[in-house]
Amino acid sequence: MYLNQFLFLSAFLFATGVYGVLARRNGVLVLMSIELILTAVNINLVAFSAFHNNIAGQVFALFVIAVAAAEVGVGLAIVLLIYRNKQSIDLTDVDVMKG
Amino acid sequence: MLAAAVAASTSAVAPHFKAPILDYHALAPEIVLTGVLGVLLLVDLVVGERERWATSTIAGIGILAALIPVFTLGVRSHPGSMFGGAYVVDNFSLVLKALFLVTGYVVVLMSSNYIEEGDYYEGEFYFLLVSSLLGMVVMASARDLITIFLALELLSIPGYLMAGWRKRDVKSNEAALKYYLLGVLATAVMLYGMSLVYGYTGTTLLTGIGAKVGGSLTGHPILSFSIFLVLAGFAFKVSAVPFHQWAPDTYEGAPTPVTAFLSVASKTGGMVAILELVYVGFLNRHDVWAPLFWALAALTMTVGNLIALRQTNIVRMLAYSSVAQAGYMLVPFAVAGDNVKARGTAFEATVVYLLIYAAMNLGAFTVVITVARKTRSGEISSYGGLFEYAPGLTVLMTVFLFSLAGVPPLAGAWAKIFVFRAVLDSGTTAAVVLGVIAAVNSVIALFYYAGVAREMWMRPVPDEDRTPISVPPALAGALAATVVAVLAVGVYPNMLVRFGEISSLVK
Repeated sequence: MYLNQFLFLSAFLFATGVYGVLARRNGVLVLMSIELILTAVNINLVAFSAFHNNIAGQVFALFVIAVAAAEVGVGLAIVLLIYRNKQSIDLTDVDVMKG
Repeated sequence: MLAAAVAASTSAVAPHFKAPILDYHALAPEIVLTGVLGVLLLVDLVVGERERWATSTIAGIGILAALIPVFTLGVRSHPGSMFGGAYVVDNFSLVLKALFLVTGYVVVLMSSNYIEEGDYYEGEFYFLLVSSLLGMVVMASARDLITIFLALELLSIPGYLMAGWRKRDVKSNEAALKYYLLGVLATAVMLYGMSLVYGYTGTTLLTGIGAKVGGSLTGHPILSFSIFLVLAGFAFKVSAVPFHQWAPDTYEGAPTPVTAFLSVASKTGGMVAILELVYVGFLNRHDVWAPLFWALAALTMTVGNLIALRQTNIVRMLAYSSVAQAGYMLVPFAVAGDNVKARGTAFEATVVYLLIYAAMNLGAFTVVITVARKTRSGEISSYGGLFEYAPGLTVLMTVFLFSLAGVPPLAGAWAKIFVFRAVLDSGTTAAVVLGVIAAVNSVIALFYYAGVAREMWMRPVPDEDRTPISVPPALAGALAATVVAVLAVGVYPNMLVRFGEISSLVK
């Protein structure tokens, strides 16, 4: 196993996630795309951690996993709130304010 | 290979584990805030609906209690450093901790009537406000990528919730959603950059990164790219153009005290992280960040000011004005890499700007909240003839607005003078061009600030309703604190110069 295999995988996931955030209009799918980016980060961190034989990267990855869970909880709450008030989670509908 | 590496690293670490030595005095502000969080949750559980106001009092007293150890630490001569240098309590972090705590206290004063009369959840609101504050206090001490990330999330996540506090209002929902999505995307992009920085340097400590980045890794393209990703993530947080789109909508839709909190405390939190990253971690790569900050600063000032010119809503105007103010704060970064002297003055300029900006912007938002108690409107036209029925508020608002515009002898003028001093110390053509852009922008900004002043002093009252505005004691306290700060610094700026000097991260 070479380090660059992990880096290519993570770069691919990162690019997919960024595309998903920019192109998807469904609130839940945007949240999932953000999770893809965070997965890319975790793969990077753990691969570099093994490469450097240094534990800090794995600790960082554990923190990212825990915080990402909290973050998605908040995100789903906000999407739910919008669904209750608008009966839709299409992000293009959320445009009361402009300019 | 991975399994072997994990086994090797665990066997290397596990037998040598020693509990880290904690400096409890240095950690006291954080411990007090954490205790306040616990007390707030319990009190909210126990007291009835009528006594919920107690939560705001507890939050306020708790924040003031956390200020006490900050002062005792300021008297103590040696800095505290924990976790192998990942968490440092030095003069820089103490000055900014004090700023965050005072800002937090003023925001509690601003919110107590608003949240109580608006019939919103009270206990949870102050719980989230204090947790966000805890994140900022941690950010001021963070000298490690993991700690910076944790502090950033701790200060942001409660902010997303507070922005959507008016649950049934579609505007508030939209504010929370836009803030959340762009904030989380920025964090994710920043994390990807951090993971690459860790990969190149093999350490998460900023001092370690600083040593590696300036040494063997000079001129590495992917490292430059990852530095760019990390700084772009924080550019979202401080709402620098082109990463500012969330700011006006979030500021308009969120409850106004939350807007004040986000535009002052949250922005300062992001700026503190940039200070740490640039002056400790990436100092030797100014070939990457100096042009980046040059472009960000020039765009942020110009775009923020030009869009602010045509706003008709006061909160939205202040939102774009705070975007523009972030631009002035970024100017020193653009010139910091030019020579050693400019590095020192640039650092000072950013810290002094943050201190002054907090006072004047909080003051302006407090007046907006007070006036909206009567007019129930955020339109600038609703300020017509304010002088006829609320002369005190009119004078205060004029002071805050002209301070934001940078009119001497108010505090805001000194903030700009410090920025220009850093520009002159650098003296390169690029720096002087940026200085000229900043100067032109200050003149543009005067138009929209003076526009509001003209509305208040010269226009007729729109609906002939001249009943005076009642100012509750909490809001009066917030107004008094901010106006005293703005005037005192304006007359006697040396006290802030001192803060700028002792806080220096630059050796």
